[in-house]
Amino acid sequence: MSQSPSFILSIPEGKESPSQDLSPYDESIVHDSFHQLIQEQSQQAEVEALELQEWSSRDKGKAPQNYNSATLRILANMPSRTIGRSRGAIISQYYNQTVKLRRKNSRPLLRDMSSSARPSIWQNDLELDLTPREEEEKRSLLVKELQGLTVAQRDHMLRAMPLSLAEKCCLRQDSCIQRGRQKHHHRSQTQLYCCSRLQYHCIAFRSLWYGLLSGLYALKPWHYSLKQISGQFGSSVLSYFLFLKTLISFNVLLLLFLLPFIVAVQVAFPPTSEFPFSQSFTGLELFTGRGQFTHTVMFYGYYSNFTLNQPCSSHQNSDHCLPKAAHLPYNMPLAYLFTVGVSFFTTCIALVYSMSRSFGKSYQVGSTLGVHAITVFCSWDYRVTQKRAARLQHDNIRTQLKELLAEWQLKQHPRSMCGRLQQMIVLLLVWLLCLGTAVGCAIAVYSFSEFMHEMISEKLQEVHLLALPLIVCIINLVIPYLYNAFASWEQHDSPVLEVYVAICRNLILKMVILGLLCYHWMGRKIRTLGDQCWETFVGQELYRFMVMDFIFILLDTLFGELVWRLIVERLKGDRKPEFDVARNVLELIYGQTLTWLGVLFSPLLPAIQLLKLLFLFYIKKISLMANCQAPRKPWRASHMTTIFITLLCFPSFLGAAIFLSYAIWQVRPSRTCGPFRTLDTIYEASKVWIRRLEEASPSITWFTWIHQYKDSFFFFLVDCCRLAVIYFNIQVVKGQRKVICLLKEQINNEGEDKIFLINKLHSIYERKRERREKMNKTDDDIEKI
Amino acid sequence: MGNKQTVFTPEQLDAYQDCTFFTRKEILKLFYRFQDLAPQLVPFDYTGKPDVKLPYEVICGMPELKDNPFRERIAQVFSQDGDGNMTLDDFLDMFSVMSEMAPRDLKAYYAFKIYDFNNDDYICPLDLEKTVTKLTRGELTPEEVGLVCEKVINEADVDNDGKLSLDDFQNMILHAPDFLRLCASTMKNAVDTDKNSTVCPQRILQSISTFHIRI
Repeated sequence: MSQSPSFILSIPEGKESPSQDLSPYDESIVHDSFHQLIQEQSQQAEVEALELQEWSSRDKGKAPQNYNSATLRILANMPSRTIGRSRGAIISQYYNQTVKLRRKNSRPLLRDMSSSARPSIWQNDLELDLTPREEEEKRSLLVKELQGLTVAQRDHMLRAMPLSLAEKCCLRQDSCIQRGRQKHHHRSQTQLYCCSRLQYHCIAFRSLWYGLLSGLYALKPWHYSLKQISGQFGSSVLSYFLFLKTLISFNVLLLLFLLPFIVAVQVAFPPTSEFPFSQSFTGLELFTGRGQFTHTVMFYGYYSNFTLNQPCSSHQNSDHCLPKAAHLPYNMPLAYLFTVGVSFFTTCIALVYSMSRSFGKSYQVGSTLGVHAITVFCSWDYRVTQKRAARLQHDNIRTQLKELLAEWQLKQHPRSMCGRLQQMIVLLLVWLLCLGTAVGCAIAVYSFSEFMHEMISEKLQEVHLLALPLIVCIINLVIPYLYNAFASWEQHDSPVLEVYVAICRNLILKMVILGLLCYHWMGRKIRTLGDQCWETFVGQELYRFMVMDFIFILLDTLFGELVWRLIVERLKGDRKPEFDVARNVLELIYGQTLTWLGVLFSPLLPAIQLLKLLFLFYIKKISLMANCQAPRKPWRASHMTTIFITLLCFPSFLGAAIFLSYAIWQVRPSRTCGPFRTLDTIYEASKVWIRRLEEASPSITWFTWIHQYKDSFFFFLVDCCRLAVIYFNIQVVKGQRKVICLLKEQINNEGEDKIFLINKLHSIYERKRERREKMNKTDDDIEKI
Repeated sequence: MGNKQTVFTPEQLDAYQDCTFFTRKEILKLFYRFQDLAPQLVPFDYTGKPDVKLPYEVICGMPELKDNPFRERIAQVFSQDGDGNMTLDDFLDMFSVMSEMAPRDLKAYYAFKIYDFNNDDYICPLDLEKTVTKLTRGELTPEEVGLVCEKVINEADVDNDGKLSLDDFQNMILHAPDFLRLCASTMKNAVDTDKNSTVCPQRILQSISTFHIRI
């Protein structure tokens, strides 16, 4: 259906070509090059085919070396090679652009202007190297076209031209002189001058805005610290600190809900003191959370189970009313339940969102391509003016390039079959060992907790309450080192895999222990304590675990890094300790899991976790800078953040959510304390509310109907939809990857076509030249005769 | 905002304003920076368009360029005769192109020229080797440098001629914003500056977003 284009090319060989002032709109004439030549050669089709086969097989992939001058001239004027070189080409390109602009009837928009520095095939008119005279002509044409534009367009065009400033000023001057003579443009000029001024104001405003944003950006916490860390230790260590920052933001999110809706309200309306404050303050309470802390907003037991600030005129609960109450009754139990529920829901959404975003960043279509090129060309920040910062950048870039190369080299040397089998057997053995250790530790913890439980029921001493957290923390500290020792028997191909395997094992250990502890609390403790405010006890247990965890992290940093470095220095070795990213991240996840487990029973636990994380950042950073060295095997950690967030979401948050759901739906709250003391389950508070709503206004029965069924069916539906969306997106990504592969193949084919055509062109000209030589020779012979 | 400056004629200032991305004030500020570099060479009166060229060493002593590994190439690209000695026009041009307001393609064009050490309109493997060596201050071994260059050519060379043309370079730059977002955690600290220089958060979304110099 498509017409073959008519290509007529007249190539002068050694002579000046007549200037062809072709308008780019006459496309049928513009792209004339090969048609005539191909017609000439069509009689020798078979010979051609044979010769071309010879050429293409010989010259495939080789750089062209002995093409004749005519071919070279054509090659030199190919669109991909002209731009960027000759000033004339730039001028002619912009001339064409302005002609196109002027020809449009309506006022063209600035954004329609081509912003590509490369002329497209439709605008290029296959010109040869412009002679100075041609260049002058083109230039004068361009000046004329510039005059036809408005001031704003002309300025925009001038600024975007890749010419030197002096030339641009000359162009502008020339176009201005002509312009001055056209007075009827004057009014539009002043109008447009206002528009240019507006543009400047916009530019100035934008600079101001960027300055403001950059000020805010610089206020971002730990900006310089993180840069320092990444420059010295690489991106894997940096990912730990970024994860710490993420956890801080999650805790702040929790506190945003808990503080105003639960804590502040209860502080404003403290319950009548049913519990005497007789105990004196000893330092032990900071560790155990008992004593004076028991009856504060810190724990569940303090919160009221009635509507606060209720006016006396209402029918319900007349004994808690205040005579001077404002018209804002606050239903404490409902608020407690809903706030905890909503904060968890928001955390879930935030987690899933950040997880999907990191996934999107890490596994983008075609994202692995161009990594080296981008690192080389786009990573140097030209804004850096300080020597130290420049040094940091050099280190950063060097580290990144080394990481990339190390990864690539690892892929180049795969193992033999025998080696792989051996590796698998060792791997299996080590895994069995690790799992066995985890199970053993779980049994130990369980039996110890049973033992402590019996002991405590005999005589209550506060210090003994710290024994269980101590044991768990010791296990969490020692067993990872054991796992590291086991892992040294293995030989993994990539250090990334090593880290992931270590993380998995440690995670299994921690989650098993935590699961066991939850079972112990929900089972034994509730049965034993019964109505004696078991929620506060569980909250205090979790507080103790958190404090003990913090102490042990400090001790670990002190002994693991500082003392080791001192010993190494004493022994005059140079193997400073390396920062163990896996272990530290697991500790963070463990701490956050404790927080999430305890939110229902201790609303201020996220605040304590926040303080702990803030301290931890500085302690870890100081220890890192002073004691540790950069990892010996540098490797890229661009997927680490995704893995960390996923681990935070799935075992950690999911486990906490399950625990919370069980506590809300199934467990009977204690009778003597807390906001739910009169109910059978915590969830009943909302059922009571629904019933009250129904009684109050029967028109909202639809809401209650949804509420009845929302337990199972609703969540099931939501999950189905989510899975469907995920599946759809995966398929879209797969399809896009396929398209990219196809396009790449196509580009390769075009490249081969180009080589083929060049060779064919060369052969044609060679034959022409030979024939001409032969003709000249016969002419000479004839003349001689 | 004085109209009382005596450095340029009003027409000159207008011309500079229209042809660069700067306002009057910024152009004057740049002139005074230029003047400060060599007070005895640069006159205060540019109305007569004196032909004053500052030598390359003076330009590269500027704090903005002093620690830049590509300062030599930048001076060469923006100078008229390619030897690094710049007139005021070249100086203004350089800062205009490197400012934040310059469009992406203009920056791509000049970035390409800067990385093209032998001025043959292609970034060939030799150019790449020089670039990588300058970026890493010679701390990579020659084999590593060679490997990196090979991989860069493999990745960015679309038309398979063994070197990068402006087209290839621009195509690759188009992938940069995705890459910058992708490797934000690893690249962010290469892209970000320290707290003493200003930081533009939007630049993460521009492709040659690191190709800025602020006056």
